[in-house]
Amino acid sequence: MKKILRFFKKKPIWAILLLLVVIITILAPEFIRRRNLLNILLQSSVNGVMAVGMTYLMINGFFDLSVGTVMGFSAALAVGLQPLGIFPAVIIALLAGAGIGAVNGFLVARAKINAFVVTLGSFIGVRGLIYIYTKEDALIGERMVFSDFGSSSVLGIPTLFIIMLVIAVIAEFVLRKTPHGRNTYAVGGNYEAAENAGIRVNRTVMVNFILCSLAAAVGGVLLASRMNAATPGLGWPDQNLMIIATVVLGGTSLNGGYGSIVHTMGGVLTIGVIQNALNLLNVQSYYNMLLMGIILILVVFADSRFKQARNALRVTDS
Amino acid sequence: MQLSVIKKKALGFAEKQGLVIAFLLLVIFFSIASDVFLTYGNIILVLRQVSILGIIACGMTFVIIGGNFDLSVGSLTSLTTVVVISLHDKIGPIPAMIVALLVGMLSGTLAGYLIGYLKLNSMIITLGLLGVIQAVTLIYTGGKYSRLTDPDETWFGFIGRGFVLGIPFPVIILAVVIIIFAVILMKTVFGRQLLAVGGNQVASKFSGIKETRIIMLTFIASGLVTGIGGIVLGSRIMAAQNYIGEGYEFQVITGVILGGTSLTGGEGNIFKSFLGILIVGMLMNGFILLGFPYYTQWVAQWVILVVVVWIDIASKRGKVLA
Repeated sequence: MKKILRFFKKKPIWAILLLLVVIITILAPEFIRRRNLLNILLQSSVNGVMAVGMTYLMINGFFDLSVGTVMGFSAALAVGLQPLGIFPAVIIALLAGAGIGAVNGFLVARAKINAFVVTLGSFIGVRGLIYIYTKEDALIGERMVFSDFGSSSVLGIPTLFIIMLVIAVIAEFVLRKTPHGRNTYAVGGNYEAAENAGIRVNRTVMVNFILCSLAAAVGGVLLASRMNAATPGLGWPDQNLMIIATVVLGGTSLNGGYGSIVHTMGGVLTIGVIQNALNLLNVQSYYNMLLMGIILILVVFADSRFKQARNALRVTDS
Repeated sequence: MQLSVIKKKALGFAEKQGLVIAFLLLVIFFSIASDVFLTYGNIILVLRQVSILGIIACGMTFVIIGGNFDLSVGSLTSLTTVVVISLHDKIGPIPAMIVALLVGMLSGTLAGYLIGYLKLNSMIITLGLLGVIQAVTLIYTGGKYSRLTDPDETWFGFIGRGFVLGIPFPVIILAVVIIIFAVILMKTVFGRQLLAVGGNQVASKFSGIKETRIIMLTFIASGLVTGIGGIVLGSRIMAAQNYIGEGYEFQVITGVILGGTSLTGGEGNIFKSFLGILIVGMLMNGFILLGFPYYTQWVAQWVILVVVVWIDIASKRGKVLA
């Protein structure tokens, strides 16, 4: 019991999620039906994978504004290159994402250009690549295997969600138990101290930029498999902002050095549940956007107010 | 002369005039590649196209000098455009314009309060506002397209479409806004305080500058010029779609960054911001003149943004890589 309480205290987003689930179930009992819950999991899987990558980068102390268009680009490649075979198409889509991440990472870590500028640039530039590649047309996949995969389930659970879960578990493990994970926290917590302690800061930053874009590319492939199609407008303009918001909502610090995948998953599911509930309650999608904006502002407000409390907690807990 | 001295001098020159060089190179390239580029008609076209972005960029420059971002200007453009168009027929053009400006300033005040007084992260706050404002726009119109019932019956179209002595009226508005903002930045106490606050918030606080108020005013200024931008845009099109300003924030920020306004605050120049915006506009125009699809300019924007900022940073530290 104590352990559970401590979990909620350290990761309040899960308490909020639980509360939301209770309230929504009372307001709209159909919410708790198995089919609807599975639907939420499916809807959350693309955002979930992307948020995992963003969490790494944000713990590291950076943002990536380009994940939305990277997602769109990889979705377009995964669908458009299907004539080469599904497997090569997916690999190329993922490599393209990782490549963009490498460019971003190089410019931030080695050339020391502000990450906002770098990823703002790739956000716009990759959108150009999408349009050049698709020639402004929507791409529709020919291989039904791909979309069959996207809509398949294992033991009743959507395959895409299982993929996201596996990625999240691995990511949390790497974050907690490997040198790269520890370095990520260290660099995000105090860049100079980490550098002085002999951590290869540039490499850590570079790897995290690559992971973030790679995760976005995985998200793009998953999204494409759900629809077996890709439109040039995918991810523009606010997917990236949505992902950052999700991670912040989960409780990962805006300034780096604090956060976890468990936090982020709480954020992902909370957003998924809210959006689903607004649908069930027949709220116009405009109010959905309004609510997301207000939530984001409130979260940042709460984050800044509880920062001191959390810092105290961090000291006593470690 | 030793090679290192030459290199240092070249880097120093590039640091000071990098943007102007990039601008001139682009002009030369496009005028060689296209006969039409340097004609009066095309220059006017480019200026008209960049006028709205340029107006909004003046406010954005203030915001960024203060060490913040305003990502809400795109959806605020949508909202103010929709407001001015939908109210035009109901309360007349002048009251409609006043309401649009008030809406812009109100939004700026809200952002300024949250960021200036409550010290919240500007990127996330204005990102949240982006969503809120877009939602308010859609709720206000019910998702419908707004238009004037009788565009020919009103003088309102003059603001966006008119000419004075052969110069498009939006360009004149842009010039006035630029001059006002440049004077405020360079010649007033507020301007000096803004540069001080952006340069070092702690130090300026101890020297008695009310930095919360300064930051708040930068956001109000941003909201105000975005309102002006919305009015000009509405008047040019005489109608408003709910997402009309979508993505403006990124174009404006790109232009301002190209203009050399430091992202860490404390440094910036209104004229250079305009030059940055002009580069963005020229790319748009030049690529289309050369027969490339319009979207290739986005890739060019990416490359130019990175190269210009990289040259700027490299010349400051005297090394290409850190």
